[in-house]
Amino acid sequence: MHRTNLSDHLVLILGSLFLFLPVIVAFMTSTHTAADIHSNGIAITPGGHFFETYEKVLTQKGGFTGEITGARMVMNSLILGIGFAVGKIVLSMMAAYAIVYFRFPMATLAFWVIFTTLLLPLEVRIMPSYQVMSNLGLLNSYTGLIVPLLASATGTFYFRQFFKSVPEELLEAARMDGAGPFKFFFDILVPLSRTMIAAIFIIMFVYGWNQYLWPMLMTTDERFFTLMRGIKSILQVWIGSQIPDYNEAFALAVLAMVPPLLIVVIFQRWFIKGLTESDK
Amino acid sequence: MAAIDINNVHKVYAGGVTAVSDVQLQIADGEFIVLVGPSGCGKSTLLRMVAGLETISQGEVKIGSRVVNETEPADRDIAMVFQNYALYPHMTVYNNLAYGLKNRGTPKAEIEARVAEAARMLEITQYLDRRPKQLSGGQRQRVAMGRAIVRKPAAFLFDEPLSNLDAKLRVSMRGEIKRLQRRLGTTSIYVTHDQLEAMTLADRLVVLNGGRVEQIGAPLEVYHAPASTFVASFIGSPAMNLMQGELHGDRLAIGPAILGLNGFAPVSGPVTVGVRAEDLRLARVEEEAMPFRLDYVEELGSQRLIHGTVGDQTLTAAVPAETELAPEMRLAIDPRRLHFFAPETGKRIASAAPAAAASVSIAQPVV
Repeated sequence: MHRTNLSDHLVLILGSLFLFLPVIVAFMTSTHTAADIHSNGIAITPGGHFFETYEKVLTQKGGFTGEITGARMVMNSLILGIGFAVGKIVLSMMAAYAIVYFRFPMATLAFWVIFTTLLLPLEVRIMPSYQVMSNLGLLNSYTGLIVPLLASATGTFYFRQFFKSVPEELLEAARMDGAGPFKFFFDILVPLSRTMIAAIFIIMFVYGWNQYLWPMLMTTDERFFTLMRGIKSILQVWIGSQIPDYNEAFALAVLAMVPPLLIVVIFQRWFIKGLTESDK
Repeated sequence: MAAIDINNVHKVYAGGVTAVSDVQLQIADGEFIVLVGPSGCGKSTLLRMVAGLETISQGEVKIGSRVVNETEPADRDIAMVFQNYALYPHMTVYNNLAYGLKNRGTPKAEIEARVAEAARMLEITQYLDRRPKQLSGGQRQRVAMGRAIVRKPAAFLFDEPLSNLDAKLRVSMRGEIKRLQRRLGTTSIYVTHDQLEAMTLADRLVVLNGGRVEQIGAPLEVYHAPASTFVASFIGSPAMNLMQGELHGDRLAIGPAILGLNGFAPVSGPVTVGVRAEDLRLARVEEEAMPFRLDYVEELGSQRLIHGTVGDQTLTAAVPAETELAPEMRLAIDPRRLHFFAPETGKRIASAAPAAAASVSIAQPVV
């Protein structure tokens, strides 16, 4: 064991500060008033307007139609994040199961086709995707927001690698024990993949939570606005001499950080296990 | 409980590699058959064909009176024990044992009774609530056997079940498997590459080489009358010495040595001569013997293995531990204990005299 000494701690402290400081500044600034921020810039000391700002952000109806509150945006973002994560896990597990355990013509080709789509970011296919959703009449709906992005090459790849590492004998033992494809999947494979599922859930939740471009294209109805869009629309009201609501934007940004943080904290034990240890 | 018939079974993989060719084997009800051979000899493939995990390219496998070529593994009424145990890591020991029964829709009360019985038999009752991870290798192997037992199958299939265990545990588990099989009377096929395991467990041994059956027989039969040089060198430790020699009438020449055979010479001309290490002994002065140049000695405690050469051919002899050693020694052997093989084919040449070796009685080890 390496004994920690002062310089180790120093490096760690500096590193943490480096990462933490922007978050702290954002949080502290959000507790000042907008005018305060406008004249004095960002702050690192508390400003004493915590409750007002956050209450306002969460409950005040805003936007052009005056229908959307911060809480609503948090909910939309959660729906998007969870819908993404769950949908992607279900879909990519099924795809990987088919690729690894069933022999069908061109299975390897199918896998590589899926895999190469990793190289195509959403932005490349965003117009056709939009067109399809538009023609299907799914603009301004959760279905339209979530479904087109569910196919996940990353998830399929991870699950494929994981399934491939499950010993062959386990499948054979299950076949001897009279477990068909469904039973094997639900009784053996899914429980074994728990840690993997947790890891993918975190990655995909954060991915969905942070989506910006796609929701912006898909939704014009403010009821479907996510947090990411809300922050932007607050800063857009730069009309005449009005001071933009910096404090509210910061508050929303801080709020936007909380759920992914919670997810990571809750799942982190599994997350690390899923990425490092093979539980077999 | 059932007999198993393996009729002219072949396994040819896509790509034309023949893993098993023309295996013919009738296994009686309750018999313990051991398939033994080096890696890649097709023993596991053969077992897996019986299990239904590999398709049968040609021939048929019958369990009881039913041809099972096309039957799903789960419907063949067999249970298998795997080398790496293949326990379900996320289930408790109890659930591992019960899983197969649950899938078959066995009533809950019966599952409980059967699991309890198997656990008692294998002395794993106190571990029923644990996960496989929390068990030692030996305990895991017991659980794996338990999973086979609870099903009360017509046959057990063992695929090198002991090779992940340490040497000491392997010996004790070997005894347990044998005892258990006797007690349950279930037909068993056991695959191993360990000839000692094969000798101690089997009612009958099947020695495989390159996908073909070299010899089928009771362990002592195979040991004392190996059908080929392959079997001779594979069964028994240390391996049987195989030397090139020549028969002239009643006399055998091995390198510089000439031995009289007292009428045991089956043929004449060049032969491969097989000699078991323990059949060799130090020669008395007046005896005909082979000049032996000592190379090195392995001490086993109860005896010592002396390695050296006769002429330019290597030879290993097992001699009593108190034997005095010298750089040059003379070794003698009873001509009846010699094995002759055809040098080209490696096949055994039947002794001219009544198979004296096979009739040598050696007490069956009590297990």
